[in-house]
Amino acid sequence: MLDNIFIIPSLPLVAFILIIFFTRWKEKLSAGLSIAAIGIGWVLSLVVMAQVLAFHGEHPLHIEQAFTVIDYPGFHLEMGTLLDPLTAMMLIVVTTVSFMVQVYSLGYMHGDPRFSRYYAYLSLFTFSMLGLVVANNFFLIFIFWELVGLTSYFLIGFWFEKKSASDAGKKAFITTKIGDLGFLVGLMMMGMFLGTFNYAEVFAKIEAGVVSGGLLTAMAILIFCGAVGKSAQFPLHVWLPDAMEGPTPVSALIHAATMVAAGVFLVARTMAVFAAAPAAAMTVAWIGLITAFMAASIALVQNDIKRILAYSTLSQLGYMMMALGLGSFTAGTFHLMTHAFFKALLFLGAGSVIHAVHTNDIQEMGGLSTKMKTTMLTFIIASLSIAGIPPLSGFWSKDEIITAASHKPFFMIVALGVAFMTAFYMFRLCFLTFFGKPRDDERHHHAHESPRSMTFPLVFLAVLSICAGWVGIPWLSHGYASAIVTFNGHPHHAEPNVLLMLASTVVALSGIGLAYLMYYKGTISPAAMGQRFKPIYTLLYNKYYIDEIYDAVIIRPTYALARFLWSFDATVIDGLVNFHGDFTVWLSTVKEWFDTHIVDGLVNGLGIVTGAASSGLRLVQTGRLAHYLLAILLGMVVLMLVAGANLLNWALVLVGIR
Amino acid sequence: MQLMHYLTLAAILFSIGFYGLITRRNAIAILMSLELMFNAVNINLVAFNRFVTPTEFIGQVFAIFVIVVAAAEATVGLAIVILVYRNWRSIDADRVNLMKW
Amino acid sequence: MMEQIVFYLFAFLIVVSALAVVSLRNIFHCALFLILCLFCVAGIYVLLYAEFIAVVQILLYVGAVSVLIIFAIMLTSQLAGRHAAMTNEQTFLGAFLSLVMLFGIVYALTNTFFRMSDQGLPQKSSFEIGRLLMTTFVLPFELVSVLLLAALVGAIVIARREGT
Repeated sequence: MLDNIFIIPSLPLVAFILIIFFTRWKEKLSAGLSIAAIGIGWVLSLVVMAQVLAFHGEHPLHIEQAFTVIDYPGFHLEMGTLLDPLTAMMLIVVTTVSFMVQVYSLGYMHGDPRFSRYYAYLSLFTFSMLGLVVANNFFLIFIFWELVGLTSYFLIGFWFEKKSASDAGKKAFITTKIGDLGFLVGLMMMGMFLGTFNYAEVFAKIEAGVVSGGLLTAMAILIFCGAVGKSAQFPLHVWLPDAMEGPTPVSALIHAATMVAAGVFLVARTMAVFAAAPAAAMTVAWIGLITAFMAASIALVQNDIKRILAYSTLSQLGYMMMALGLGSFTAGTFHLMTHAFFKALLFLGAGSVIHAVHTNDIQEMGGLSTKMKTTMLTFIIASLSIAGIPPLSGFWSKDEIITAASHKPFFMIVALGVAFMTAFYMFRLCFLTFFGKPRDDERHHHAHESPRSMTFPLVFLAVLSICAGWVGIPWLSHGYASAIVTFNGHPHHAEPNVLLMLASTVVALSGIGLAYLMYYKGTISPAAMGQRFKPIYTLLYNKYYIDEIYDAVIIRPTYALARFLWSFDATVIDGLVNFHGDFTVWLSTVKEWFDTHIVDGLVNGLGIVTGAASSGLRLVQTGRLAHYLLAILLGMVVLMLVAGANLLNWALVLVGIR
Repeated sequence: MQLMHYLTLAAILFSIGFYGLITRRNAIAILMSLELMFNAVNINLVAFNRFVTPTEFIGQVFAIFVIVVAAAEATVGLAIVILVYRNWRSIDADRVNLMKW
Repeated sequence: MMEQIVFYLFAFLIVVSALAVVSLRNIFHCALFLILCLFCVAGIYVLLYAEFIAVVQILLYVGAVSVLIIFAIMLTSQLAGRHAAMTNEQTFLGAFLSLVMLFGIVYALTNTFFRMSDQGLPQKSSFEIGRLLMTTFVLPFELVSVLLLAALVGAIVIARREGT
């Protein structure tokens, strides 16, 4: 199996092709094909992981299968797969979450008119994501990068009849495209200076110092641009909240676990580059930190359940980026794994709630704990995990990150602050949604627990949210850290810092406590708090006005430019074309005049001349004898004169000329 | 007298006859001009006979034939004129133009 | 000498009467002047030692043709009245061209060498003419007779009234 991991992405691709071409009209069959493909892929990923874990060798596991496409001196392009521990981990994450989301969608999307197409898109997306994960060179990962962006556009704008949904799809695609532009330039630099795209060769060349210094930093930052777009880091984060217009399972899959993780995966993959360019690594860390803080602060005051979760995702991604930027490969990838599970669970749970009460606004919910037991329990488990309460998975991965940040105090303080905010807004969400008096009796009355197809994934993911993190408990000797060894061959063993663990637990509990006071007990009134900090509240509620700034500074000028170019095209270019047309018409009228008057004139003239000549000549036939006789006389005289040349002379003498 | 005088006389007579031929409108007048031309020709023939071949009278015989033929022609011509007059009540040569275009 | 006077007299009369024939308004006067002209032509014949021709001229032309012409004039004179124009529009051009032709003929004649005979004057013309007609020219003679017959019959046929 280790040698054939290309099978795993191929399965969903086959499912996609079959659904699109053959089974689009059979909903159950389409869903079945898709789920079967991903199910088999999940099993195969587990097999791969088992084999990877069982591997013992001198060097870290590194299996490549490739075939060459272009082989120039100085430029080398190939297509192939790479298997190493990072790949194996990502395979598990992607297939597990995809599997759960597809099962969940059976219930959630039931009755949708484009049910089969939904599954086709899901399969295509899964294929793209898996391909991205197994690619062995930058060129190939870029291809899948774009494919992932395309399929996410399809899925976000799935309900394209709603204008907001299609706008959101466009926004996602365009914003990530901006990041991809940087990525592409970085790739071009790579191809130009290093002559290859293969990971191993690139890292080897960088280590050998083929490029260094400013050039290397620029290349690294440009590649990071792609990650900024795809993982919705500041300043290209604006698409993620809007992408909540898509169906909730889509949000779970794409914006919790997989696509946004692709950026983190990319940075992790290229750690060698960032390690060699410290300035770039610091850039990554700073952007991660800013994103984490900003997103968490916005999430404090949002009322849409999915928006809160979206900002939460942004914040956690910032965490991961920060960890990677600070040099901890282990922390970043560990948190990626645990976050995938509990964030997917959170989204699916939110979907369950939305499915029950038909609204996204938490201000209209409340007291659902009695109606939706399973959903509530799994949701609470996920919230505890994300808040970082031991012994759930989120605690271990978050702690790893804070430990990684510990040698930079500023980062650590801010990270703890973000942890506090995370705990607070998550439990604000829980209390407002599930507890207290129902704020909308009508909705509460109709609310009901979701069908089994939806609750089963919730439970499964809840189990994972609890125990997936246990592989990374620092006191394990052969835990996550040693297994994930890929980069530079040394297991990154951070000393377990009990003080930090304690600190983060306290921070999390205090966050939960504040939320409890404000939203459960009601001791501190949220409205009063909002009034006291009105300016901050407004700023946060309006997402720091970033969307508005972008609109004014970028979007409107672009529209103006487009309008100007359109008017240029319409007047100048079309004018030229029209002029050409008018000129041709004018030319043809000239030719027509010419043809009518001159050519026809010639032809007619010929006829007229003949007619005139004949009507003139016919007058010779007068029928009168006297005329004929005169003609005879005339002819005779002329002949006489002409024949006798000196007669002519004589006549002239007579007349007097000579 | 010399040959030339007679020939000149015949030429003058011929010209006058031709002028009359192409000028007159009355059909009978045209025939009369024609007679003049015949006579001019006869004078020529007889003069040549007298001055060039006095012993052979071929010229005179020729002149006789001319006279006879002229007479026959005048006869038929005048018969036609009378017929035309009978049909059209006019012998204006300018009116006889049915063979026009 | 006498011959010259007679010649010029006859010539003058011929020319004048010819001019009269072609220019008089009254057609009857034209016929009369034609008769005079023909008479004078006979006189010219006599001067040219062609007595037989002269007599034949008078007999035929003056006696027959002229009479015929006068008959025709009489039969058709009602409408050829004095009010009608006498000449058509070609008078000027015809006169001019006739004069040119005359000049041409005269010039040609003056520049031609005629071999004059030196064998004297014609003798016994009638006898010779008769002889020639019966020997050398007997065929034309007979043909002319037939021609005259044809002309005669033809004239009668043409001028006959319908139905009679």
